[in-house]
Amino acid sequence: MNTTIMLFLLQDGITNGAIYALLGLALVLVFAVTRVILIPQGEFVTYGALSYAMLATGQVPGTVRLAVAMGLVAFALDLFFARKALHARLVLRSIALNIVFPFALLGLVYALVGPNTPIAVNIALALLIVAAIGLFLYRIAFQPIAHTSVLVLLIASVGCHLALQGLGLVFFGAEGLRGPALSSAAVTAGPLRFTGQSLAVYGLTVGFIVALWLFFGYTRTGKALRATAVNRLGARLVGIRTTLSGQIAFLLASVIGAISGILIVPITTLYYDTGFLIGLKGFIAAIIGGLVSYPLTAVAAILVGIVEAFSSFYASNFKEVIVFTLILPVLVLRSLAAPQVEEEKD
Amino acid sequence: MTQRLPLIIFALVLAVIPLVPGIPPFWIVLLDNIGLAALVAMGLVLLTGVGGLTSFGQAAFCGFGAYTTAVLTTAYGVSPWLTLPASLLVSGIAAVLLGLVTVRLSGHYLPLGTIAWGIGLFYLFSKLEFLGRNDGISGIPPLSIGSFKMLSPDAIYYAIWVAVLLAALLTMNLLDSRTGRAIRALRRGHIAAEAFGVQTPRAKLLVFIYAAVLAGLSGWLYAHFQRAANPTPFGAQAGIEYLFIAVVGGAGYVWGGVLGAGIVVILKEVLQSYLPYIFGGQSQLETIVFGIMLVLLLQLAPQGVWPWLMSKLPFKPARKVPDTSVKLEHRERAPGTSSVLLHIEKARKQFGGVLAVNDVSFDVNAREIVALIGPNGAGKSTTFNLITGVLAATSGKIAVLGNEVANAPPQEVVKLGVSRTFQHVKLVPDMTVLENVAIGAHLRGNSGAISSMLRLDRTDEAKLLAEAARQIARVGLSDQIDQLAGSLSLGQQRIVEIARALCVDPMLLLLDEPAAGLRHMEKQRLAALLRQLRDGGMSVLLVEHDMGFVMDLADRIVVLDFGTKIAEGTPAAIKRNPDVIKAYLGAAA
Repeated sequence: MNTTIMLFLLQDGITNGAIYALLGLALVLVFAVTRVILIPQGEFVTYGALSYAMLATGQVPGTVRLAVAMGLVAFALDLFFARKALHARLVLRSIALNIVFPFALLGLVYALVGPNTPIAVNIALALLIVAAIGLFLYRIAFQPIAHTSVLVLLIASVGCHLALQGLGLVFFGAEGLRGPALSSAAVTAGPLRFTGQSLAVYGLTVGFIVALWLFFGYTRTGKALRATAVNRLGARLVGIRTTLSGQIAFLLASVIGAISGILIVPITTLYYDTGFLIGLKGFIAAIIGGLVSYPLTAVAAILVGIVEAFSSFYASNFKEVIVFTLILPVLVLRSLAAPQVEEEKD
Repeated sequence: MTQRLPLIIFALVLAVIPLVPGIPPFWIVLLDNIGLAALVAMGLVLLTGVGGLTSFGQAAFCGFGAYTTAVLTTAYGVSPWLTLPASLLVSGIAAVLLGLVTVRLSGHYLPLGTIAWGIGLFYLFSKLEFLGRNDGISGIPPLSIGSFKMLSPDAIYYAIWVAVLLAALLTMNLLDSRTGRAIRALRRGHIAAEAFGVQTPRAKLLVFIYAAVLAGLSGWLYAHFQRAANPTPFGAQAGIEYLFIAVVGGAGYVWGGVLGAGIVVILKEVLQSYLPYIFGGQSQLETIVFGIMLVLLLQLAPQGVWPWLMSKLPFKPARKVPDTSVKLEHRERAPGTSSVLLHIEKARKQFGGVLAVNDVSFDVNAREIVALIGPNGAGKSTTFNLITGVLAATSGKIAVLGNEVANAPPQEVVKLGVSRTFQHVKLVPDMTVLENVAIGAHLRGNSGAISSMLRLDRTDEAKLLAEAARQIARVGLSDQIDQLAGSLSLGQQRIVEIARALCVDPMLLLLDEPAAGLRHMEKQRLAALLRQLRDGGMSVLLVEHDMGFVMDLADRIVVLDFGTKIAEGTPAAIKRNPDVIKAYLGAAA
């Protein structure tokens, strides 16, 4: 084979792989803290990307209205669950988070939107919108069933995915969108051309991996989050607010998802349902990483990206088949390697 | 007969529906769709609700069934009826291949694995040339009997619902049998089931294949109903929907699958036809409502609609009382080469750097009650797990009647006549006491899945249940025989475990803290029972913290401390042993 082609494929694979790595990291993060296998991660990607793309054309994306609606539901839930002991502080906090924040965001979007809004502002707005959605999603769909089995959480997660994907069609339509590039700079090295966009992808991925690793390994909050994952009750007994842990995890995951989306929307056209497949590939990486290891997940994601790039060159029809079957031998190895521990289910 | 009555009425109602004059043909189409979905959901009930193996990939098996008949009938002109076995066989073989990989997966890897191959297969269907790629295969001939072609929805209606009712009957028969109990025990983990000889990987593979074959049947019917097959109905979305159906209806109940199919199919239809009027012409709105309802349902009724409906019934279905007059033959005794029942020589178990059991040696002879005592963390339960094959010993020798068991799996150890109870009770809470205890007799029956489905196992089954009822009476729990095991007090659950262990017809009974949680009188009754068992020729090895109970009961006591044996002797000698006093009370005492 031709070295240039190989280098191109490698570059392509690594760029995609870096995105999968970001998503894989978010999945590991959410699973490690809440035991939720976050299928709607893909929706965070499309919501982030397409909200950004719409903002760039001067339109108000429907996602901001969704954030407001979800905030209202979250507020109602907060009040309902705290109805036996309504403290002023609790209500105020809930109002600030669930009512004031999304409405302020709505106001901000309407005030700032326009065809000439700077890219940085649009990115910030898109990130805030998706962050709000991620936060409320945990409050509404997962917090009430946080104590149940991984399976119940997984099915709920699938439900969220269906609802969000359907809403994605309503907000963005069936047509695909592309967003403006973050920077037009480019570096040429030999036959390869590195755009500023792909360099941003690499940089952010590495940055997130290091940040997450430091956060979970060396900070108090990070350790509290890990403790929540291992034993909710135990964590609560030592004073960790487990619901807060879940909210932080979802917040981080939605922001990471939205960033990934914003990073790729200038490179490829995204449709309302593209996120699911992208998210699933992040999954494959996360699973290879055993849903616990950040560095392993990142390496696996790059591998998935490379395999995808090469198979789309040599057997483009079977690209998805190859990528998704890749997971099977890994799963078997994982199951064989993991000691058979007796789980008390339900 | 009374148990069959609701089923017969249901079948009659179904048979009459298409004959009602003026019934909209569209309703029949809906019922056809419900039947097709119910078949898949029923397989999922067995796989996920009962067996605890979540699969998002069942739609792919429908695809195998549908494409098999599509290819055979269109490209090779094979008669549709002849393709039925082929379709089932192809789905079955696919299930064996995927199942060998999948059922080994533990925990959450399993559902993720099924999502992965579900999507992989969908893309395979849509890319393969001979399956017509994305367009699929059309022009599939209809089912026909003689010259009667089942072209209309109300003609194939009967074929679909006969399949559904037959499948329901076979599935319920299967669940109410020796194999069924083994399957129902899977969800609570494999250790307890394996301790009574259940080959858990084989049982898992069995339900996996069963569910796949039902899905294949649904796919075959679908292909002849639609007269076409394309990849869309066999994709990830459909796989998710089938699981949704099972969860809505009640994943643990056969009729829950049918009910769930009814609810979801009708709901989808209603949503698809009315939502656009409310919200304008946007498509896919039903998935939004669908997803939201799924989340709501899990929060409000995680068990599904069927059990909720059943609890509203004014009458409870009567349970059969087992006829205890039928005798179950004794278990065939394993040939022995030694007169010592249990011989442990320098058994050692190391977990990384922790030495849990350190070269422990002791024997248990016939007709003897031996107690294994020691402070917490002394390695007592680990020793039990070494003897019963749950853990493999790092080194050393463990033999039952001279047969080496050190690295034998639990299923082999129990065959030698060693049965056990667990420190943390391992019963199936949603099975009755009788059914739980009958698992203990698993190895004393021999009916397999097929004979259970066809009800050819009834004499075998009656013997097993009779034996279980006898052992329950023996431990004094006859009044609780029909209660769910989960509703009993912890002390009673321990006694149920003893009855289950007795069902093995053991020579050696291993009891892990049997008296914990028992009241004084119950302890005395337990001691009397154990003495009676010993006098009947059985040996007992027990771990217990209640020293009054142990000193009173045991013939001999082995004391462990930090994994090492520090003393062995009669209760009187142990009471005076300075090392034992030191281990329990500290040096100063």
